[in-house]
Amino acid sequence: MPITYTSNEQVEVYRFSLPAAILIPLIAVFLQAFIPWRFHFFSIFDLPLLVVIFFAVARRSPVAGLLTGAAIGLLQDSLTGHPLGLYGIAKTVVGYGASSLGVKLDVENAGSRFLVVLFFYVVHEIVYFTIARGLVGLTLQWSWPREMGSALANALLAVALFALLDRFKQRT
Amino acid sequence: MENLISRYRNVTILVVVLFAQVLGLAMQVRRSTQDESTRLIRVWAVDAVTPLEKSIVWFQSGVSGLWHNYFYLRGVRQENRDLKLQIERLRIEQVRLNEDAEQARRLQALLGFKEQFISKTLAAQVIGSSGSEQSRSIYIDKGTHDGIRPDMAVITAEGVVGKVLRAFKTTSQVLLINDQTSGVGSILEKSRLQGVLRGTPVGEVVLEKVMSDETVQPGEKVVTSGGDQIFPKGLPVGTVTKVSPGPELFLNIRVKPAADLSRLEEVLVITQQEEKQPSLADGAAPIRAADILAQRLPSVPDRPPDDPNKPPPPTSGLKILPAPTTQAPSGSTGSPKPSGANASSPSPGPSRIGPSRLGQSSSGQSMQGQLGPGQTSNTSVIPKPHADSAGSASTPGSVSSATTQTGNPPAVKPSTAPKPAAPAVKIPDVTNAAPDSQSQPVSPKPDAPSKQPATEPAPPQEQPQ
Repeated sequence: MPITYTSNEQVEVYRFSLPAAILIPLIAVFLQAFIPWRFHFFSIFDLPLLVVIFFAVARRSPVAGLLTGAAIGLLQDSLTGHPLGLYGIAKTVVGYGASSLGVKLDVENAGSRFLVVLFFYVVHEIVYFTIARGLVGLTLQWSWPREMGSALANALLAVALFALLDRFKQRT
Repeated sequence: MENLISRYRNVTILVVVLFAQVLGLAMQVRRSTQDESTRLIRVWAVDAVTPLEKSIVWFQSGVSGLWHNYFYLRGVRQENRDLKLQIERLRIEQVRLNEDAEQARRLQALLGFKEQFISKTLAAQVIGSSGSEQSRSIYIDKGTHDGIRPDMAVITAEGVVGKVLRAFKTTSQVLLINDQTSGVGSILEKSRLQGVLRGTPVGEVVLEKVMSDETVQPGEKVVTSGGDQIFPKGLPVGTVTKVSPGPELFLNIRVKPAADLSRLEEVLVITQQEEKQPSLADGAAPIRAADILAQRLPSVPDRPPDDPNKPPPPTSGLKILPAPTTQAPSGSTGSPKPSGANASSPSPGPSRIGPSRLGQSSSGQSMQGQLGPGQTSNTSVIPKPHADSAGSASTPGSVSSATTQTGNPPAVKPSTAPKPAAPAVKIPDVTNAAPDSQSQPVSPKPDAPSKQPATEPAPPQEQPQ
């Protein structure tokens, strides 16, 4: 099913129960901290980012999207050794962008979800690297093959993950 | 203006949120690391995530322990036999290494070096990681309640792991040595070149600040230099794998960490270190292995005592003089006396049976993954010289575990540069001895009391079997 341009009236806006809105990001951050320690390859995934994109496109509210992104990003920052705000800023931008896109596009099918995640993963990495190098002074190396590989892996995971998370959606 | 803001409400909120975060980030970067207190959000995040991690690790360890300790015991008997053989080999090696260590301690005492002791360590289990490729840190299940403070060194039996970055109540965050924000004062074991060990963005470890006109060979060991005041001197860090010209005037030395940083399960946190000058009296109490052997071998009879009523001195518990003394009196025509210059010579150093000066772990938790059968988790590290010296500083630490044969805690021992194997019984330095005594084995006989300041012959603590 191709990506369709829809009006605001045609797209559906979802909401989530309070436990789901709190627990899903927490579980995503927990898994992101726990699994790569056992399975190192898992560190190419960014589960919190996928959750941010999912909530943003489902709620279709830019304010809710950016606030969700900021909260999850800061939570993720808290577990790293770096200053708070690196992931926070990157995920704020992604949350705002994904929700703004969700208002205009139908992102309920697998193909569009794949492309949206692919795009916003790269956006996330660009913002993160810019902030990390420009403001914090970290020495990071940008590698397009690596980033595109990670983006593809995250996009594939997102298709499966979003299908799972769809169960928690509630129609408004 | 109000209309403009309400019209662009979403963008305005985005700008405000981004600005707040950038401002906060800039303030954190500007603030000195020393003054940084733990943010409340970090405490909340860690408190929210780590209990679940602890529970999973606990459950996993329980299931794994049940399986491995009660059901899956195939090959244990063979492994037990192999380990016993290995223990025997290590016992022999331990005697030799003790002798070398005692020699180093004696030289340190003579030169007034201060030794750095690891007096307390705490075993901790790794429960999680930061989950980010850009931040290489792990979480352990011990925190301020267990005595952990920031900037404490974290090691394993293989080598250095990192340092405590933040300590929470029941957990701590450990910054690994392959994180790009970490730095470890290091020294190359053979060439004694000092540098700073840093992580790279891709998780490799490089040794920086070594001048390009120096010669560094791949395969050379890298140990801590102690200059960072965090890691005790001599702990193994890794091995040089590649050397290439780096930026400016420095070499680019790639190092493979001694500890497997991607498969950490249990670690040791060094919770207490102390510095003190080695005492020669400490080293004289245990009996030498060479003395035990010397008692069994034929030797020239002892010189008759001056005072017939005085009991003959014991033949063991030989002590080494702190400084060369004058030659024995003319009547000393018997077997060589290890005093004076002889005593300070490297060969007949008293070797200790058992790690008598080792610190003890404050926890006593089991380190199944690190220690062998029959070993406990009480660990300590043999002291290292604080100052850098070609001779005495060659006792860098390879952290290893030791058995508890003598009731002493097992030791985390410093590894040394490869040394030739010393004989079980050494021929003493006979430059000041009578010619006819050269063929005699070590026959420890204390000098006259007037010749030995602070060297009262100590009774043997271990009797030969």
